[in-house]
Amino acid sequence: MRNFLRAYPTEAKLLAVLILICAVLALTSDSFATLGNLTSLLNNNAVNVIWAVGLLVVLIAGGIDISFAVAASVVQYLCVYAFAAIGGGNWGIGLLFAASIGAGLGLINAFLIHQFRIISIVVTISTFNAFFGLLMFFSSGRFLYNLPSWWSQRVILWEHQSPDGTWSEITLPVAVMAVAMASTWALIRHTTTGRQLYAFGDNAEGARRAGISIGLMQAIAFGWCGAMAGIGGLMQAHITKEVVPNALVGRELDVLAAVVLGGARLGGGRGSVLGCFLGVALVAVTQNGLNLLGVSPYAFKMVVGVIILLAISTSNIDLAQILAPKRKGRE
Amino acid sequence: MIGTAAMPEAEAITFRNVSKVFGGVHALDAVDFSVGAGEVHCLAGENGCGKSTLIKIITGVYQPEAGAQMQLFGQALPQITPTLARKAGIAVIWQDLALFAEMTVAENIAFETMLGNRPRRVNYAAMRAKAQAALDRLDVTLDLDARLGTLPIAQRQVVAIARALVSDARLIFMDEPTASLTQSETDALLAVVRTLSMRGVAVVFVSHRLAEVLEISARVTVLRDGKLVGVYPTAGMTQSRLTELMTGKTFDQVVAARDTLANPVVLQVENLSRRGEFADVSFSLRAGEVLGLTGLIGAGRTELGHALFGMTRPDAGVLHLNGRPVSLRSNREAVAQGIAYVSEDRLALGLIQPQSIADNTVLSVLRKVTGRTGLLAADRQRDLVAHWIAELAVKIGQPEDAVSTLSGGNQQRVVLAKWLATEPKVLILDSPTVGVDVGARAGIFRIVRALADKGLAILLISDEVTEAHMNADRILHMAGGRIVGEYDPRQTSIAALEAAVYA
Repeated sequence: MRNFLRAYPTEAKLLAVLILICAVLALTSDSFATLGNLTSLLNNNAVNVIWAVGLLVVLIAGGIDISFAVAASVVQYLCVYAFAAIGGGNWGIGLLFAASIGAGLGLINAFLIHQFRIISIVVTISTFNAFFGLLMFFSSGRFLYNLPSWWSQRVILWEHQSPDGTWSEITLPVAVMAVAMASTWALIRHTTTGRQLYAFGDNAEGARRAGISIGLMQAIAFGWCGAMAGIGGLMQAHITKEVVPNALVGRELDVLAAVVLGGARLGGGRGSVLGCFLGVALVAVTQNGLNLLGVSPYAFKMVVGVIILLAISTSNIDLAQILAPKRKGRE
Repeated sequence: MIGTAAMPEAEAITFRNVSKVFGGVHALDAVDFSVGAGEVHCLAGENGCGKSTLIKIITGVYQPEAGAQMQLFGQALPQITPTLARKAGIAVIWQDLALFAEMTVAENIAFETMLGNRPRRVNYAAMRAKAQAALDRLDVTLDLDARLGTLPIAQRQVVAIARALVSDARLIFMDEPTASLTQSETDALLAVVRTLSMRGVAVVFVSHRLAEVLEISARVTVLRDGKLVGVYPTAGMTQSRLTELMTGKTFDQVVAARDTLANPVVLQVENLSRRGEFADVSFSLRAGEVLGLTGLIGAGRTELGHALFGMTRPDAGVLHLNGRPVSLRSNREAVAQGIAYVSEDRLALGLIQPQSIADNTVLSVLRKVTGRTGLLAADRQRDLVAHWIAELAVKIGQPEDAVSTLSGGNQQRVVLAKWLATEPKVLILDSPTVGVDVGARAGIFRIVRALADKGLAILLISDEVTEAHMNADRILHMAGGRIVGEYDPRQTSIAALEAAVYA
């Protein structure tokens, strides 16, 4: 426990706040702490978590990606046409295809960043516009509904009927989220490549001198982020049963905020999968709570904005330093 | 007291007749360099003398011109590559250390185990064991799970050394290792170096501030303008002698001190104290006087300078400026009262590197170059900049060039110009020659002397005793936050002063 607090101070604080909010909501609203509400929160936010762990890897490596949500839309469109061309497909082919196309789009970012030494925010704002423009041009803004049935049909992995007759269930996106979290965790915590990503994000020049291949780091970070974006896009269309070209625009900032809330540092070198999950959860639970408490939906964004500001500004304050007795000397 | 490491028995590396030509210029000209196994060696020379070129040749980054003979640990080699040098056990710890602040001590030390493009499982247990073993070899205890960023610089340096040991280094180059350390931290570092030396690992200090390092080293190799000046035993070597060897100039040992006791007192300090920094400091600074303030790093010199400049508030004591008591609440008030402070950290605090020479010069006096409209008046700015560039003989291309394009000595002149433009009565110079070549220092001090002659009261803070001795009218010796002695350079020899300060 002490080790956890020391290694993950932001995550620990976030967890405490999340538990506090949940406790308050459980006491003030009788529909919050129900199995049905909690499972639907999980089902509805699985895609955000998938994207978050992808973006996390880019942030750890010291970059940022604005383009992944639009890239997910591109993947959705290409998927619809590709599955139609091969006469249907299945989940295995679908996941593989979505992840590969997504990774390919991510690699375009990595190539531009590495080859021309442009900072990632500039490159990904450009590719954000380029991807979106191409998508709108070729799709003419049309919605697509002709998804293969395996894709649009709900997959329920677990269900349960409460005594009052309401159903709760866990659906496929939650399982995919769990796999995305586990594989990202394994990558960044338990492979040498993952540790190199941390080192590169922390001190790029130091990493280069130690003999780390910089181009490879960019490729892995943005490739991983792209693959997660593609998988997330596939899951999103699975939930909504349609493909809308501009549906995901703007989601990148929500996800980015959640990841930073979860302790990832915008300068690189810091962040965890647990933090991503908690960051997404905090935003989701707050919105859910406001909804249940009957607060106007127009106020949601404002409240979420304030929470993010509070969380990030207090995460720079070290409680130990405030509580410790004043020592001699400066600082 | 620091003991001198043993003289070498066997040579670790031997380089003979090493030359390197860049664009027709000899960066190195037939230089010989050798270090014994387990020896602690100094490589000294001014910026641009070829020190870094030599290191890059030894580590295989550059290839020398034909005719060089190279031996690493008894093995003659026709060519050295970076991989070969690393495998042979040669490591360089650059001044910025190249560590990872967000990662743990263990990961930083055993980072080598995580290299390679093919992903492998991280074995945290083996990594920790490797890190612990390296620290054991140094007889140092560090928390392996601490985040590196939470460690003070001195401990980070130990981490960098331990990292070199993990890759089985037998010869470690350390670039300016003591530059940012306090005295006790330097002692701890030297203890680690002594341990290394006893275990047969050779250490080469690359530096031009060698006071502490000289004591632990067996020999010093001096380079000047790409040529070998010589290899000298450090026994009996003084900083002043080394300076002569490095610059090739015999600096006239005539001290510049004059009698200034009759001049009116400008700044009177009485019993100034600040907890944990300095205590009971009293002195007077006169018009036209250069008052030296010397002592080891960590003696409280810079802290005293900060308090005199209003950046920190003393707990007790009184300041009189021109006979009137003043209480400085901020450095803005200090500037308004006529006090200027030239920081020791010129790169970060004294100048805005990417901005132009002109913009840096007028930065402290923007109000003066503002026209009636409230906007900056280009002509006033130009006149002011031209005046100070001429006054201080700054060598520049265009006033619009970025400050970062200038040499250390010329950058220091721009900092001086910036503060002189505020027309101060008291000028505090904190280590004004850090990073300035020995040769260019004389120019800086000519300016300092000229300013004093015009009546400016100057407090010269320096940890180089020679510098204070040569250039100050009186010298205060600070140790442990207190003024422990006052010396007249005309009546005290450099050797006596060095003995007192480094005792």
